[in-house]
Amino acid sequence: MSNREEMIERESRLEQLVSDLLAEAKKQGASAAEAGVSSDAGLSLTVRMGDVETIEHTRDNGLGITVYFGQSKGSASTSDLSPQAVRDSVKAACNIAKYTTEDACAGLADAQLMAKELPDLDLYHPWDIDVDAAIELGTQCEDAARGLDSRIVNSEGASLNTHAGLHIYGNSHGFVGGYPTSRHSLSCAVISQQAEAMQRDYWYTVGCAAADLEAAEAVGQKAAQRALSRLGARKISTREAPVIFQSDVATSLLRSFTGAIRGAALYRKSSFLLDHLDKKVFPDFVRIHENPRLLRGLGSAAFDGEGVATKAKDLVSDGILKSYILGSYSARKLGMQTTGNAGGVRNLAIDPGELDRDALLKEMGTGLLVTEMMGHGVNMVTGDYSRGASGFWVEQGEIQYPVEEITIAGNLKQIFQQLLAVGSDEECRGNIRTGSWLIENMTIAGS
Amino acid sequence: MPSEAVCSLPSQIEIMPDFIDIARGVLLEPAGLHESDLERVLDQLLSYRIDMADIYFQAGRIESWVLEDGIIKEGAYNIEQGAGVRAISGEKTGFAYTDELQFPALLEAAKTARAIACAGEQKRIRVSKTLPTERLYQPINPLSSLTEQEKVDLLRQVDAEARRQDPRVKQVIVSLVAAHDVVLVANTDGTLNGDVRPLVRLSVSVIAEQGERREQGSGGGGARDAFSYLVDQGRALGFARDAVNQALINLEAEAAPAGTMTVVLGPGWPGVLLHEAIGHGLEGDFNRKGTSAFSGRIGEKVAASGCTVVDNGTLPGRRGSLNMDDEGMPTQNTVLIEDGILKGYMQDRMNARLMGGVSTGNGRRESYAHLPMPRMTNTYMLPGKYDPQEIISSVEKGLYAVNFGGGQVDITSGKFVFSASEAYLIEKGKVTRPVKGATLIGDGPAVLTQVSMVGSDLQLDQGVGVCGKEGQSLPVGVGQPTLRIDELTVGGTNA
Ligand SMILES: [Zn+2]
Repeated sequence: MSNREEMIERESRLEQLVSDLLAEAKKQGASAAEAGVSSDAGLSLTVRMGDVETIEHTRDNGLGITVYFGQSKGSASTSDLSPQAVRDSVKAACNIAKYTTEDACAGLADAQLMAKELPDLDLYHPWDIDVDAAIELGTQCEDAARGLDSRIVNSEGASLNTHAGLHIYGNSHGFVGGYPTSRHSLSCAVISQQAEAMQRDYWYTVGCAAADLEAAEAVGQKAAQRALSRLGARKISTREAPVIFQSDVATSLLRSFTGAIRGAALYRKSSFLLDHLDKKVFPDFVRIHENPRLLRGLGSAAFDGEGVATKAKDLVSDGILKSYILGSYSARKLGMQTTGNAGGVRNLAIDPGELDRDALLKEMGTGLLVTEMMGHGVNMVTGDYSRGASGFWVEQGEIQYPVEEITIAGNLKQIFQQLLAVGSDEECRGNIRTGSWLIENMTIAGS
Repeated sequence: MPSEAVCSLPSQIEIMPDFIDIARGVLLEPAGLHESDLERVLDQLLSYRIDMADIYFQAGRIESWVLEDGIIKEGAYNIEQGAGVRAISGEKTGFAYTDELQFPALLEAAKTARAIACAGEQKRIRVSKTLPTERLYQPINPLSSLTEQEKVDLLRQVDAEARRQDPRVKQVIVSLVAAHDVVLVANTDGTLNGDVRPLVRLSVSVIAEQGERREQGSGGGGARDAFSYLVDQGRALGFARDAVNQALINLEAEAAPAGTMTVVLGPGWPGVLLHEAIGHGLEGDFNRKGTSAFSGRIGEKVAASGCTVVDNGTLPGRRGSLNMDDEGMPTQNTVLIEDGILKGYMQDRMNARLMGGVSTGNGRRESYAHLPMPRMTNTYMLPGKYDPQEIISSVEKGLYAVNFGGGQVDITSGKFVFSASEAYLIEKGKVTRPVKGATLIGDGPAVLTQVSMVGSDLQLDQGVGVCGKEGQSLPVGVGQPTLRIDELTVGGTNA
């Protein structure tokens, strides 16, 4: 898939497949149906200790179909796109629909909500890189990491991934839409050692276009610097203290927030932000917004997983929760309107503050800077939060020493209310954009 | 020290060559492929200077059903089918795959994969050897082991059982999943081996409400068996009661303590400790590369005397068990730690060869589209001599944790976490009040040296474990007897 004509040809072939699926569903008696088809090809390779370790050529196809018989539904999916597999999948979905219960909220999104225009969001920039050039880039990246300091003693390698693909969605309202996308990344993970203790860390860069990636050497150097900065890490005693979540880990707090305002969590009453619409969930200065049609955005799409037009909106403004994240099913369950978020949020961002990370450390004075978290200790029903952490102990705004083998705990509702400042040091890779977060107080468990 | 299998299930091992015939019938015959075609593909691979290559064929079917709000809300059917071709030269691996089970597609994948090495002289392969395989489960298709009506009826019964327990139960979600995986592996060493892998699982998640407070609880289980496993002995209904109990206990839970203290772990699922703290660190790839906190430590004392930990893929019917691994090697019972001494690693073929050892039958992959790696099967600690009650009585003040969610480990630093979902305080030798879930954190190579009492009550988990590594998810099992750990850091909010 290296040129546009081939892509256009592919696009029309997959669109045909979607309409075949919908026609087959109708033929088998379905009153409504929706289908998605995707096709992706790429190259993943790893260079380790100066030599090629793995070269993987990936080629993934998939289709999924959901059929409705009145208010009962059934689904099927397959990695095999042959005509026989298409018929078998539709048949399996139709059979399942005989046994699911009629559900008044089930069905396609309303026809008038379908996206009418599909602007080009500039998401397709295939990288015409051959294996040798990719190996060269990986080698430069890893060499930069290994060469930075003699305490970098080992490596998990540098990996380059490049993928380009197509996704087409259609439903029996007559909607068919699709767009090609590309995604490239370069990452590096190395190991530092001091006395007996080893520390691993990594860095990565990702983008729609190869031109958006950080330089290979910079990626390697950052990975090495991060691994070196962890040497000599110690455990601290149990205490309460303010905490800064460095921007690249602060993204997980935003992910917990969006998880709590997802329609499925709300109608199941399994969210700590149940019934919080139009209520204060963050301090006044907080604005969180979604920009799904951002040009070249990694999360961008003109329509959601149900064909509904996406649109930019504030989820939080002046600290007040302004919108949930709904698809048509959860919207009907809640007696509301879909927000065009079937499939999740796209390009979420919290407005950055004035202080860069070092200024934020000064603002905190004495406390913990968290640079990595471990484990799944987030209870979405209660908001109770307890996770493994490592980072740095900070006094008078200056980093003192690295820390590890500790936990940080609190409750997300309070953590959100106790957000004192968001940094200007925005993490821009990926679907969530945020600066570092300064939280007034958390419990740290250690020795 | 004992290296025999310890398991509550009856052992019924037979030598059965018929898996491979079923696999041939499902994977090769419909495509008109013969063993001579596989030999031609392997010949193509060996025309380059490679040490080993294999072709992995897979036909997987997964069916799932979800009950929510008292209705059968969703059902889904998934087909995953294809072949992966891998070529290894030294430490290098080339890999390509196709979802078309046709000769030209296989040949193209082989040409792509072999590019990792340079061209060499032509060799000829004959696949004929088939390794004898122990039958740890029947070659059945669990999807058809109940009718659709019986499946949805089972879901409704589980829902009713959960709601019947207590009026505070407000939300019940039940999911039922069956998978049928047929695989065939042809290797350039001439081996051809196949497996037919059934897997069923039922999961229950409930929300209980009391005043303003809502708490969740979960339960579930499964096996490499037909759906009858879930129905027999009222197991499915038992999972519903487990979920409700956990939610009701959590309604009463107070803030968990924060700090380092004595922790008693209950039997069974808390064995996720072993999986995180030592299991991943003993996988061969990390040790070959020297990136594990356990690298180069074979023969050293890494646990208290009395601690013996094994990875055993040969327990009949268990979720983590396999007749053969995904490289066609028979699974085995591998001693990792024996009476406190580090004994061995878990190996796949490539890492074993590079480290001068042999595969331990731990080469596993998520699907044909993923590369195999050393992975765990069922990882557990053998029982000791203490009565569980005696262990609890020995603790003046501490935490008793009986159920866990997931965990995670940093292989290199050895630091690991696992998160309790049901825990209690121990005060003056008695289990007193329930506390909220909390994450526990420790150091892998050090934590087992803190084990001062090993219970006599070995249990394996109920069969719901999933392990993720480098983006690949696999079913696994864990287990342990009640353990007293003298010092472990508990991440509550009550400092
Ligand atoms: Zn794992």
